[in-house]
Amino acid sequence: MAPDTLLTTAQPPDAAVRITGLTRGFDGREVLSDVRLDIAAGEFVALLGHSGSGKSTLLRAAARLDHDARGTGTVEVPERRAVVFQDARLLPWARVLDNVVLGLDGSRAERRRLGREALAEVGLAAKERSWPATLSGGEAQRAALARALVREPGLLLLDEPFGALDALTRIRMHALLRRLCERHRPAVLLVTHDVDEALLLADRVLVLTEGRFSLDTPVERGTGRDDPEFRQLRARLLTELGVTDAGS
Amino acid sequence: MTTTTAVPRPPAGRIRRPVGRRGRRVPFARALGPLLVLAVWQLAATTGALDPQTLAPPGEVAATGWELIRTGDLQQHLLVSLRRAATGLAFGVAAGLLLALAAGLSRIGEALLDGTVQLLRALPILALVPLAILWFGIGEQVKIVLVALGTFFPVYLNTHAALTGQDAHWAELAQTLRLRRLDYLTRIALPGAAPGFFTGLRMSVTISWLVLVVSEQINADSGIGYLMTEARTFGRTDVIVVGLVVYGLLGLLSDTLVRLLEGRVLSWRRTLS
Repeated sequence: MAPDTLLTTAQPPDAAVRITGLTRGFDGREVLSDVRLDIAAGEFVALLGHSGSGKSTLLRAAARLDHDARGTGTVEVPERRAVVFQDARLLPWARVLDNVVLGLDGSRAERRRLGREALAEVGLAAKERSWPATLSGGEAQRAALARALVREPGLLLLDEPFGALDALTRIRMHALLRRLCERHRPAVLLVTHDVDEALLLADRVLVLTEGRFSLDTPVERGTGRDDPEFRQLRARLLTELGVTDAGS
Repeated sequence: MTTTTAVPRPPAGRIRRPVGRRGRRVPFARALGPLLVLAVWQLAATTGALDPQTLAPPGEVAATGWELIRTGDLQQHLLVSLRRAATGLAFGVAAGLLLALAAGLSRIGEALLDGTVQLLRALPILALVPLAILWFGIGEQVKIVLVALGTFFPVYLNTHAALTGQDAHWAELAQTLRLRRLDYLTRIALPGAAPGFFTGLRMSVTISWLVLVVSEQINADSGIGYLMTEARTFGRTDVIVVGLVVYGLLGLLSDTLVRLLEGRVLSWRRTLS
């Protein structure tokens, strides 16, 4: 645990996540500089940035996975957290249902009932007895989502969860994730480098550049792709990320 | 005389046969080689080219084998050998597994055990025979101890390597899922190390026979190895060959058993291949 980082799991009144003054460094290089981030309960925040911009470091701090990091700051996050990694990270020696209910409390029957419900929600009810190695990339990631949601998390952390999927599967996963988030209403922090994915899913988009937020903007829901405001925002985000020929 | 040697020319553009092994499969292909060896062996004995003092002919070996079975001698010695191998293997595998877990899962265990074991592994186990005889005499104990020692190392080394080589991202997953220590052990650490354990177990089973053969031939009054040593003093090559066949069958059988067990326990792996 970073020695000077104040950690508390007391949930703030209306914010699910409250991160203040977060500074992180590796090997003398500062990765995050005095970052402040609040995420309201039920809010979907997408975090954009280049590789090495510090976005994964921020997610790991919120997940409390950064024992090896040096730094300061306050991280207040809910006790119930779930993480979906870029690789589905399913235990290859456990069947899909056992993966979903791994570490859940309660009786075996109760856990299996919850697990089956979660698998049904992501459309994998038929695969509960399958070995993870037999799943497609999209199916594996849906199982990972079920494993996250079955814990009813107050904070869902998504670390480029669709980065390894093909384009068509990714579209289906976007729709599924939106449905699931509307039903379960966790606070979400999605780390991605896909501008369109961020705009499609998030209520708010942040751009992280060299350890600081260079942009923090709400996204109007319900505006179409051809809406001029949407196109303007998309162009702005791409410019912020250093993509010049955005092809508006 | 008309010499019409009609050599049929291959038509232009004819499909060439695939390079490599051609033609139909030979029936019972795998048995063919050994059968040929047997035939040559028998032939050499019948024609007198092979002195029975050097190597008894296969027919005589079979007859001797049958005789040993009929009198119950073979079964008696086989049972003794099996018991020694199984007892030694059980102790060796249990100790290897337990110490690998202790060293692989705790810092203190690692510090105390691993360095010592890694040092001792360099020792050829059969070099311990003189010391083992001094310590444990020449009874059952010394054979079981030697088998246990020989089988300990492969299990320890492979299980320990599998445990400590486990990908750090499983520990990360366990943390995000807030797994309890016991759940981490039973759901992640142990199943993850199982393939390594089985690699070690298969090596151990082979080694258990190897160590047993040597220790039974050094000093024993029962067991397959004793049967063979005794046969040597009387120049009975037929009995020696019977012993060899029995050892071979035991090795084959035990390896098959471990493979079956491995296939059952690691059934999740079948989907990968």
